[in-house]
Amino acid sequence: MRDTNRTQRIAFACLQAATILIVIPVALIVLLVLFRGLPGLSLEFIFSMPREGMRAGGIFPAIVGTTYLVLGAAVFSIPLGILAAIYLNEYAPKSRLTRLIELAIINLAGVPSIVYGLFGLGLFVIFLNFGSSILAGSLTLAIEGLPVIITATREALGAVPRSFREVSYSLGASRWQTVRHVVLPNAVPGIMTGTILELSRAAGETAPILFTVAAFYLPRLPQSVYDQAMALPYHIYVLSTQVPGVSVKIQYGTVLVLVGMIFILNVIAAYIRARFRKRKTW
Amino acid sequence: MIIKTNKLNLWYGAFQALIDVDLAIERNRITALIGPSGCGKSTLLRVFNRMNDLIEGVRMSGSVNFEGKEILDHEIDLITLRKRIGMVFQRPNPFPLSVFENVVYGLRVHGEKNKQVLAEAAEKSLSAVLLFDELKDKLSMNALGLSLEQQQRLCIARLLSVTPEVLLMDEPCSALDPFATMKIEELMIELKKQYTIVIVTHNMQQAARISDDCGYLLLGELVEFADTKKIFTTPADKRTEDYITGRFG
Repeated sequence: MRDTNRTQRIAFACLQAATILIVIPVALIVLLVLFRGLPGLSLEFIFSMPREGMRAGGIFPAIVGTTYLVLGAAVFSIPLGILAAIYLNEYAPKSRLTRLIELAIINLAGVPSIVYGLFGLGLFVIFLNFGSSILAGSLTLAIEGLPVIITATREALGAVPRSFREVSYSLGASRWQTVRHVVLPNAVPGIMTGTILELSRAAGETAPILFTVAAFYLPRLPQSVYDQAMALPYHIYVLSTQVPGVSVKIQYGTVLVLVGMIFILNVIAAYIRARFRKRKTW
Repeated sequence: MIIKTNKLNLWYGAFQALIDVDLAIERNRITALIGPSGCGKSTLLRVFNRMNDLIEGVRMSGSVNFEGKEILDHEIDLITLRKRIGMVFQRPNPFPLSVFENVVYGLRVHGEKNKQVLAEAAEKSLSAVLLFDELKDKLSMNALGLSLEQQQRLCIARLLSVTPEVLLMDEPCSALDPFATMKIEELMIELKKQYTIVIVTHNMQQAARISDDCGYLLLGELVEFADTKKIFTTPADKRTEDYITGRFG
């Protein structure tokens, strides 16, 4: 009896320790970025152009660039991903082709991000002749995000109770009418949560934009989708390794802005999920 | 006679769930299908609106005639069929929408946009299930906030709004308490004036109380089909007698 209790206590302590260990790196990163980045943060830093070879001034073009890239990735990946997920979940017969497609999606999720970068360089920048541009970068990020959006959407669709579909069919609704009127409306919050989380990840990606869009130094805002753009993750890399003599304030300030943008996206996703959970009664 | 089956067989993969079922359902009557769990009564019910099509690996043979049309025909328009033969499920299953949106769901899906038409249809359907007076001021409340009995009534109203001729009811009272069950039964007797009702029930008393015709299924076979009074007083088959007297099942 005493032995059981002792084992129980040890197991409990191990589990608790492991859980606490997870918090430590997160807390350290956040604290470090806050402490070192906050002094550099100001409206001027956010809204002005870099000066003196990026050693002074702000990071506005990089913020704008990352925003464009995320929006561009969203425009391409959300419709494609959601439509594909609807087809796979609601229409596709259980055939060899369907299994092949599912296998492809799983593999797409496992491809390292630098490979996406090279793929984007080969297909969009060179072959389709978009050049290093927002268009090429967005498309590359979109393809990288597709598997996550498809998987999240399929899970959201799959979570809609079967009985809803049955009732809809029994009332004479077609498959599409059922998807459109019953399945999708009930899956939207789940789809949105997954999609926003994926976009927040895309905002922080460096390798896929490296050869497809990112400009080393471009002290003006992009004029069209065929323009190169600065982007926050790549800018951080440049500031910390490629330009000598950049102050810690500017380096960490940039990191703080990127982390802040991603954090806001994640909070939105969490909010949608929490709101929906409260409403959901089935 | 509104629905007539002839040598109806149904297989789930290799398992035969219905064996040579011959049955005739009369208009404006309540036909009950009784039998122990797994006897095929729900499967038979779901043949009439082809809901079994949603299950993979289902095969059927024989014929099911509905008003001169062959239901098992591959070419049949399932949308029209299901509008004419509607279904009420075991668990009340309103959509997580308002009462109003639930009732008009079928109409909306079929493209009705006129607010006047929708409102009239909602009132008519809710009145038919004696829910309108209770809920006329709460049409915008979420249907999931209703009591189970109200939810089941609402599901029937949702079905009536697409103006079916036959109502298939798959154990419609099994999630309800005895009092709510009684109310739904009263409603069914009221509804049979206008509709033909086929009900699956595991509750023999319920079949005896409300049905006009009754079929007893056992292991996929329709053992006996006759007037309810006859089934419950002088069954022709020994197996039916065993079941209704409680010696079996």
